[in-house]
Amino acid sequence: MNVETSPILSIITFLPLLGAAFIAFLPRNAGGDRNARHTALYTTLFTFAISLIIWINFDPRTADFQFVEEMDWIGPFKYKMGVDGISMLFVILTTFLMPLCILASWESVKIRVKEYMIAFLVLETLMIGVFCALDLMLFYLFFEAGLIPMFLIIGVWGGKRRVYASFKFFLYTLLGSVLMLLAMFTMFSVAGTADIPTLMQIGPTKFSRDLQFWLWLAFFASFAVKMPMWPVHTWLPDAHVEAPTAGSVILAGILLKMGGYGFLRFSLPMFPLASQDLATMVFTLSVVAIIYTSLVALAQEDIKKLIAYSSVAHMGFVTMGIFTFQQQGVDGAIFQMLSHGIVSAALFLCVGIVYDRMHTREIAAYGGLADRMPIYATVLMIFTMANVGLPGTSGFVGEFLTLLGAFKANTWVAFFATTGVILSAAYALYLYRRVVFGTLEKASLKSITDMTPREIAIMAPLVILTIVFGFYPAFLLDVMAVSVKQLVTNFEAAVAHSTALAVP
Amino acid sequence: MIYLAIVFLPLIGALIAGLFGRVIGDRPTEIVTTAFLMAAAVLSWIVFIQVGFDHETARVPVMRWITSGELDTSWSLRIDTLTSVMLVVVTTVSALVHLYSIGYMHEDPARYRFFCYLSLFTFAMLMLVTSDNLLQMFFGWEGVGLASYLLIGFWYHKPEANAAAMKAFIVNRVGDFGFALGIFGVFFVFNSINYDVIFEAAESFHGKTFNFLGQDVDILTTLCLLLFMGAMGKSAQFLLHTWLPDAMEGPTPVSALIHAATMVTAGVFMVARLSPLFEQAEVARDVVLYVGTITAFFAATIGLVQNDIKRVVAYSTCSQLGYMFAACGVGAYGAAIFHLFTHAFFKALLFLGAGSVIHAMHHEQDMRNMGGLAPKIRLTYFAMLIGTMALTGVGIPHLIGFAGFHSKDAIIEASFAGHTPHNIVFWALTFAAFLTSFYSWRLIFMTFHGKTRAAPEVYKHAHESPYTMLIPLGVLSLGAIAAGFVFAPEFVGHHYKEFWGHALYEGPHNHIMHDMHAITEEWVFWAPFIAMASGFGLAWLYYIAAPWLPEATARAFKPIYLFLLNKWYFDELYDWLFVKPTMAIGRFLWKGGDGAVIDGAIDGTASTVKWTTGRAVKLQTGYVYHYAFAMLIGVAAILTFFLRSLLMGGAGQ
Repeated sequence: MNVETSPILSIITFLPLLGAAFIAFLPRNAGGDRNARHTALYTTLFTFAISLIIWINFDPRTADFQFVEEMDWIGPFKYKMGVDGISMLFVILTTFLMPLCILASWESVKIRVKEYMIAFLVLETLMIGVFCALDLMLFYLFFEAGLIPMFLIIGVWGGKRRVYASFKFFLYTLLGSVLMLLAMFTMFSVAGTADIPTLMQIGPTKFSRDLQFWLWLAFFASFAVKMPMWPVHTWLPDAHVEAPTAGSVILAGILLKMGGYGFLRFSLPMFPLASQDLATMVFTLSVVAIIYTSLVALAQEDIKKLIAYSSVAHMGFVTMGIFTFQQQGVDGAIFQMLSHGIVSAALFLCVGIVYDRMHTREIAAYGGLADRMPIYATVLMIFTMANVGLPGTSGFVGEFLTLLGAFKANTWVAFFATTGVILSAAYALYLYRRVVFGTLEKASLKSITDMTPREIAIMAPLVILTIVFGFYPAFLLDVMAVSVKQLVTNFEAAVAHSTALAVP
Repeated sequence: MIYLAIVFLPLIGALIAGLFGRVIGDRPTEIVTTAFLMAAAVLSWIVFIQVGFDHETARVPVMRWITSGELDTSWSLRIDTLTSVMLVVVTTVSALVHLYSIGYMHEDPARYRFFCYLSLFTFAMLMLVTSDNLLQMFFGWEGVGLASYLLIGFWYHKPEANAAAMKAFIVNRVGDFGFALGIFGVFFVFNSINYDVIFEAAESFHGKTFNFLGQDVDILTTLCLLLFMGAMGKSAQFLLHTWLPDAMEGPTPVSALIHAATMVTAGVFMVARLSPLFEQAEVARDVVLYVGTITAFFAATIGLVQNDIKRVVAYSTCSQLGYMFAACGVGAYGAAIFHLFTHAFFKALLFLGAGSVIHAMHHEQDMRNMGGLAPKIRLTYFAMLIGTMALTGVGIPHLIGFAGFHSKDAIIEASFAGHTPHNIVFWALTFAAFLTSFYSWRLIFMTFHGKTRAAPEVYKHAHESPYTMLIPLGVLSLGAIAAGFVFAPEFVGHHYKEFWGHALYEGPHNHIMHDMHAITEEWVFWAPFIAMASGFGLAWLYYIAAPWLPEATARAFKPIYLFLLNKWYFDELYDWLFVKPTMAIGRFLWKGGDGAVIDGAIDGTASTVKWTTGRAVKLQTGYVYHYAFAMLIGVAAILTFFLRSLLMGGAGQ
């Protein structure tokens, strides 16, 4: 089979949907539930295996879109898929996290197992679609439809206040998408095409500075909520707290990355002038996010909320890095997203492990776990350190590169953002100390058991990747280097072009 | 190959201990890690001789690390004299501490974990000292910080140990804040963070300015000050010192290895390694000089009144690090590293000796409950005596003395040759030497002499430590006696230029090493001697001849006594200034910012949520499909509408 010409992106996108369809026909009983679990697991594993073929065959020497598929669809819109060095790794991240999510839900989800698995598989299709779509309409469809399964996952399998949380999540994100829809409509009217690669080429010149400004803001409304950026972040802690473990993993691991991906795919290449004009605002919001949410994290009493707030802080580094318009900054932002996809997913899984045993997320209910759960203590330590950005873990590389870029762009930004390294150490170690260290005194914890083989199997790949990417980040950086370079070069050219026009 | 072995043997040991320690058992783990470290130590001495005396420098690339645009960093080992000195210090002390820990920790249930951390620490420290770029130094820097955190909090049942571990990590992070900004700045200015590139280009940036935080500032001064902030944190210098005394909550071998001989000297190493930068930044060097001097003096004053045997030694470490920075500040990098080298031996000796005392006394650390121990633990007593004589600098000027005599007096002479206003640094360091001598002998007298104040039961059972603990004491004693006079000609004497090669840089106006040897004032050499002798005399008077004097003095100068006893109230000040407000702001932003303002602002939406929630109750009762279906219809409706307008818009064109 020739990978270059086969529709491999469509295969991995719709394979999960096929699995979901199969599960839908399973009987509603214990056997059906078991089969649903197994089907979901094998489907996601298989999808992951195929997605690796993409990575292996990916040519990192070109910034062009690869594995492109194109066919007519609805009217002027095309069904067009393709990946470049920026999007390819997000596809892999998605397919990689899915089997872990299914495994993490193996025992903890007991009601409506079939529906649960279907929701996750549909979600996988939609998420992969977002990163592969090369047509405005197609992108919008995947981007917005992804809300539905996530909304259901929180609303049906969530905690006590799940309905409130799921609606908050839904309304917040819907608000932004309406504006994005209008912007897409305008773009199509002005440029006469919905083809994303073409828009990336002609956008900077086709859209006037003023128009770019409004389009940029409309997209920003959507991406900023997804990120989430301060001050539209308050849906995230609530959503995380109520979501089941696997829901949190996907939320933090993939869904948040769509905002950052959107900035890189739309805002920077298509509206470079507006990006430049509004960079200061993004910097301000990013720095506020880093400091503000880190401080809020320090005050949390719920483990999941604390990690959710730390996610917002980490996403602050991403937006900051993207808007430095420097190779290091953008490389760092992408790396930070990928690393955060692994590390925050792992942290939420860690919370899930103790939640499954104790059914509480309250920090005060724990303490002294190291005595009875030494493996868990070690694993949590590794991810705590990755979260803190210790060199040698993947968490460091992204933070370092974004800050390096930020220093070139604006020393004030770098100065304030770097305080994040102090604050993150404070809240992360404070959490670790209260949960794992100390004497195990609480009667409820006396019989708590260490990680099971299934849980170890889930965490092992995450531990390995966190460390491997920490010591040899070139695995990822080499893939994105050329695409990012082109992004930065085109951006600079567009800005230079407009100043050249402005001079006479 | 030999270089790789030195650096990676401890890592392999750590991995074996960490991954398989529980399976293979504690004793095999101890043997494997200790054997690996001993091998590394032997190899280090070979390298030291090759590099220091045969001048064989080397670069060993290992693999790529972070590459992005012009940034190109790799894992690689830089071997020169400075590195080789550090290799010897780190691996020797570490090997001895490993050996010592076999005895000291023999009752601990999680020894495999302890040895894993010790070896891991050693690896990180070796990566730090062999770094060929700032990023690898930062890796080692944070790596030793992690190991230090894990080892201070090793006894995690103790709340104080956990608090101390956290404090150490976070205070160090404050320093790292500066270090990180320094690295970013270096990259911004030099477009590289590899030593060779920045050292080569440093001179061309002398006196140039750039814009930092809205100010036009001198480039190299700013960068050096930022980097030095990291050094202040790691080496517990004045203002960022508060974590070091608390770190004594960790097991004593840890204090000896990390908080005396190796990790805390990383800051000094950094300044020496970056001497090509600091030599171009006079203002930054002055800051180094005065921070060092203040620390040397201030830590010594606190050491005077502490009662915990380990804390006395900890403040002494803090103070001695101040000496090393002072030497760097006047440009006498060789003297600074020389003191680092000798200090590693005698301070590790003092800590391990203190550990032996604590071991004998069943984990008693308060010197007020000791006394009269000399006949009970004679070998430990001798070791502590040697360590004290080395620290206080016992020796005869122009002739010979214990290790500290050669290195500390070299620093004091350099500070005189450095010509500070009114020789203020010289006098401060000399006075600090007097204080050092006083508190050191106070420790000896309170612990080993006089009538015992220990509980009879404890005193009766006080016993000498096993050989695994005594052998390291013996080896270190040898170092504390001989390291000074054997190596003085190379480190600071007439061979120093050939010995250091290009590892240390001296600017065109830096003649300090020459001036130091040209001092004609004879009293300069005798001043530290007198300080040392009078410190001993006063301690003897206070704790042997007239034991009622300390209490009388404390009563007479109560405010000063309390001020010193409470460590200049730094902990209270920081708690009031930083810790409490930070927590309060966090709570305020959470409840007020996120809760009242942001969620309040979307009140309209919130009421919609409420309304819809009422409708959605059915979700819980099970009509999921209905709901999903309704949603899909909604989305489809939006899409259709979108499509229609699009098609019409398209047709309109």
